[in-house]
Amino acid sequence: MDILTLGEIKNQKLTRASLEVLSEAKRLANGKKVINVLIGNNLKDFSALISSYGASEILLIEDPSLGEFNSQSYSEILVNIIKEKKPALFLLPANIHGKEIAALVSAKLEISLISDCTDLKIKDNLLEYIHPIYSGKVIAAYQSLTSFQAAALRPNIFPLIEENPNNQAQIIHLSFIPQDNLKIKLLEVLKPKEETLEISEARIIVSGGRGLKEAENFKLLEELAEVLGAAVGASRLAVDAGWRDHQYQVGQTGKVVSPDLYIACGISGAIQHLVGMSSSKCIIAINKDPEANIFKVANYGIVGDLFEVVPLLTEEFKKILTN
Amino acid sequence: MKIVVCIKQVPDTEAYIKINSQKTSIEESGIKYIINPYDEFALEEALRIKEKLNNAETAVITLGAPRTQEALRSALALGIEKAVLIPQEDFILDNFSSAFILAKTVERLGYDLILCGKQAIDDDMAQTGGIIASLLNIPFVSLATKIEFIDNSQIKVHREIEGFTEVFKIKLPAVISAQKGLNEPRYASLMGIMQAKKKIISEIKIQDLGINPENLIKTKLTRLEYPSPRSQGKILDGDLKEAAQKLVKFLREEAKII
Repeated sequence: MDILTLGEIKNQKLTRASLEVLSEAKRLANGKKVINVLIGNNLKDFSALISSYGASEILLIEDPSLGEFNSQSYSEILVNIIKEKKPALFLLPANIHGKEIAALVSAKLEISLISDCTDLKIKDNLLEYIHPIYSGKVIAAYQSLTSFQAAALRPNIFPLIEENPNNQAQIIHLSFIPQDNLKIKLLEVLKPKEETLEISEARIIVSGGRGLKEAENFKLLEELAEVLGAAVGASRLAVDAGWRDHQYQVGQTGKVVSPDLYIACGISGAIQHLVGMSSSKCIIAINKDPEANIFKVANYGIVGDLFEVVPLLTEEFKKILTN
Repeated sequence: MKIVVCIKQVPDTEAYIKINSQKTSIEESGIKYIINPYDEFALEEALRIKEKLNNAETAVITLGAPRTQEALRSALALGIEKAVLIPQEDFILDNFSSAFILAKTVERLGYDLILCGKQAIDDDMAQTGGIIASLLNIPFVSLATKIEFIDNSQIKVHREIEGFTEVFKIKLPAVISAQKGLNEPRYASLMGIMQAKKKIISEIKIQDLGINPENLIKTKLTRLEYPSPRSQGKILDGDLKEAAQKLVKFLREEAKII
């Protein structure tokens, strides 16, 4: 079956999540075509990388008006391409833009969509989609009842395949006529007051909870995060107390994250936090209370005061990372 | 200005979720149901818009079991003027069919602005808003953290994405999904609760919308299971400096992450 994927460009780079989607498409394609769509402005530089991830065709839709995200024009373009190419499966990253596009496109085509998929398996010749529900308290398996189907893949879960620089994808430029009566327009993108790393696609997250005691103490976590190139997350309690902005909240009413490394500092491990981070590959817990729930999911735990442990860790990491 | 809020009743965030013996659904007994937390931001925003504009009407709709009446009653207690229940009956619906039914209901009620939560915390699919928008052929912005009216036919919507804030200009009618940070939801007043008890919750049956949901189902849930538990890790105590050194060594040499 042919698989259509959507690539995503941020800061003039193809996102890692797009490459994960391509990799999964290649694994599932089993010899059939992987067609990757790129929508934007000045796209020619990305073809070599997409090609090395095994795409057979790259469809480029370029226009100055597409340089910024527009859910209406992006989804109209994709609906037309899917109608023409008739892929069996449409895959894209399950981030904010991806999930928006996925819902709009699948509804227009009246096809099945599984959002935030964490695994795809072929079972009795049918695709089985795995998607955690109740924030991961339960894992659900789905099948599509439509022959065309779509899935948005959770970032940081699907491994990258080995690059093959010899693969030569066919590059096709599709024409595009900008619409002048769009119902939605991106007016501006406001920069954050301070540069901070976003948590949902971060490889390493240092996260803090009640144990931090006050907003200022997050400085300790920021110092550790800086050494590790990590993002800083927070528990619901820390967010509700106003210590951190809600966009950094990990858990059921915040974000579900799956980084390679999650360092929980002063977080007791309420169920609604655990479901947001327990799919992390490696979890480190630092807590004064040896009975804290967080230790049940940790690969490594240090029982101790975070105000002592975190600076020690920062120092130790500095030693090995600056050499 | 007609504002319709789509809400869903979901198990409380603290609820212990138990899978039934057929592995097809969860055990409902003992679960406390609440309004989906993200939908509370949508309800609050509808109320704030109504208070700001003098010509706004607010309605809340939900699709679900008879118990979802409570959720509608709570929305009325907050000050939403009209509530509609679409009884789900015995159908097992998926995201598309549910959103289709909601879209048809909204169409019947009339709408300028449709609000919902960014996702329901039960199935975590984050599809409903987008599907409704697509079916009604109107624009959609998810995860709004600020909604401003430019005039009666246009709004500005802010949403946070990877640390940045995107600001969209949107022509109404539109669907906007709400995220934490959009507002601070109010509590119902005692007066509101008393008044809500007397209000009528109207019902629209799926059949009355001219829909046969079985033809609309695109996705089938085949199985539920619990996630595999994480294996118990290693706990270090005692000398903290030593523990920190051991941990860094483990991350570098065994886990190979750093």
